Amino acid sequence: MYVEPGTHLMQGDEAIVEGALIAGCRFFAGYPITPATEIAERMSRRMPQVGGVFMQMEDELASIMAIIGASWAGRKSMTATSGPGYSLMQEGLGYAIITETPVVIVDVQRGGPSTGLVTLPSQGDVMQARWGSHGDYATIALAPSSAQDMFDLAIKAFNLAETYRNPVIILADEVIAHVREPVKVPPHEEIEIVERRKPTVPPEEYIPYLPDRGEWVAPMPAFGEGYNVLVESVMHDEFGHRIGTDHVAAERTIKRIYYKIEKNVEKIAMYEEKYMDDAEIAVVAYGSTARTALRAVREARNQGIKAGLIRLITLWPFYDRLIEEAANQVRAIVVPEMNMGKIVREVDRASKGQAKVISVPKVGGVLHHPDEILAAIRSAVR
Amino acid sequence: MIPEAEFEHVLAKKYMRTEIMPHAFCPGCGLGIIERMILMAFEELGQEEWDRTVFVSGIGCSGWTPLYFRRDAAHTLHGRALAFATALKASRPDLNVVVVMGDGDSMGIGGNHLIHAARRNIGITAIIATNMLYSLTGGQMSPTTPEGARTNTTPYGNIEPNFDLMELLKAAGATYLARWTTYHFIQAKNSIKKAVKHKGFAAIEIVFQCPTYAGRYILNRPDPRDMLQWFKENSIPLGVAKNKSPEELKGKIIVGEYLHRTDRKEYTERLRELEERAKGKGR
Repeated sequence: MYVEPGTHLMQGDEAIVEGALIAGCRFFAGYPITPATEIAERMSRRMPQVGGVFMQMEDELASIMAIIGASWAGRKSMTATSGPGYSLMQEGLGYAIITETPVVIVDVQRGGPSTGLVTLPSQGDVMQARWGSHGDYATIALAPSSAQDMFDLAIKAFNLAETYRNPVIILADEVIAHVREPVKVPPHEEIEIVERRKPTVPPEEYIPYLPDRGEWVAPMPAFGEGYNVLVESVMHDEFGHRIGTDHVAAERTIKRIYYKIEKNVEKIAMYEEKYMDDAEIAVVAYGSTARTALRAVREARNQGIKAGLIRLITLWPFYDRLIEEAANQVRAIVVPEMNMGKIVREVDRASKGQAKVISVPKVGGVLHHPDEILAAIRSAVR
Repeated sequence: MIPEAEFEHVLAKKYMRTEIMPHAFCPGCGLGIIERMILMAFEELGQEEWDRTVFVSGIGCSGWTPLYFRRDAAHTLHGRALAFATALKASRPDLNVVVVMGDGDSMGIGGNHLIHAARRNIGITAIIATNMLYSLTGGQMSPTTPEGARTNTTPYGNIEPNFDLMELLKAAGATYLARWTTYHFIQAKNSIKKAVKHKGFAAIEIVFQCPTYAGRYILNRPDPRDMLQWFKENSIPLGVAKNKSPEELKGKIIVGEYLHRTDRKEYTERLRELEERAKGKGR
């Protein structure tokens, strides 16, 4: 049923599917789009084999609404797309946020704007992942750097989605989606899977948007279980009733869905540090760029420069404290990104002026050359 | 049987979220009649059917309709009710999924989802409440606004021909189709009953009175009773309409049961067959 434990040669797009299935994903809806199509293709083959449903929808507006509908039917669900499709999904993303629906959305980033660089990588959607839908909300976005990450983060994404009843975005890119490399699959029983918390009270006592004491979100029943839930896109109170002009109740709802993510940043944030113990220059990178950045850091070390790497795995919520502490340690922070410089704004803000922040933008659909990052590291030493 | 005089009250107590009532509809709005059609249909279908029924709606006045029912309900996004409902049905084929949409919701912004739900022949009951314009935003032209009609976005008269929902969905692949008005209470209620039991995509268009906008702008009848009278006088049964010329049918509402096909397999049945084939093959 699942991919066997052991090491397999897998494409990123395949690894994410196998990870999702192990996480319990039983519904996938999508629309073909380069370079995410392989995810839908593999899902169409695999999903029915594990008793799940695969649907090719008429567009991405429908795809995201379908996975939200499936989630309320009690199934863990996922979609995968790229820039143009991800733009269309912003309305559904907002719906998942206000209705607190756990879903996983994979955005295999390609170059934009618009149809853009169809077959080439980019990290241009990192701010869209945070701010793309209208209104105030917080979101969780993870950035894989390898096929192994695609497998691991698929599982992690479902766990976070269920824990916080929030959409989780996996911000892959064309390189990570298509890279073929060894993926280690642990024994299935050793993999931590978070299952949906269901209400334990009788239906007449259940309040759909009122968290239990000490929790940020309410338990979530499925349709057809007798709880008479109201899944409401209009601003609502704890009962799911729309609140018209009751600004106090509206503020309460908006702040809770915002803080349930932002106040749990320490639990959600994942990162990896290399050579940071004695580092004087830090490179902050994510996704496929982190691979190039590691090469540049090693080369700098060879040249006697004390450089280190902080690889962000969780992009959103942004882990300010991690960057602030790094800024207090190093002289400069180099931020290479396959965009015109986006996460560097967050790094600059979080470092509070304690270190020089150097942006190394790269657009046009190609990875940085390690020398470009190395040059930035060397410029920081001077 | 519930005594006729108390019917409405008893239906409300039995089926509705009375704690959030009175509802937000304008006085004289036909959506209350549509709510009652739905509840009467389920009263006659029985508790077992009601217990496995869930509701999905879009945005617009009509989107509020099923939210007053004490059942699982999703108030989705403008136009996207069918996408949500499709996944719900595909995930839980045992549930009756009833979707209530308006004309702009279903044929305007949601037109793509509508034709594809019909093409898939997925077992959803779509109740499409047509009032000939966008009402929640204050009376603008919709895909069912008659040609020449003045609305707040067609101040010189509407130059766009309107959709014929029945023909559209017949071509797209729906397998049960009916059109009524709020004047045709019994007929519409019976069609809803049939649609709920039907295996396949079923759509019932119910033309309803919006005295606030359509009544004033399009029909020049701001009184809801006059609008119902107009529906009565301007509806032509399907059988009668067959023998009339296009000129004679201009501006008329052709009512009746348009289609009841059983020769197309329902989508979730096909899904189940696909799953069996896939499991036979292994990984």
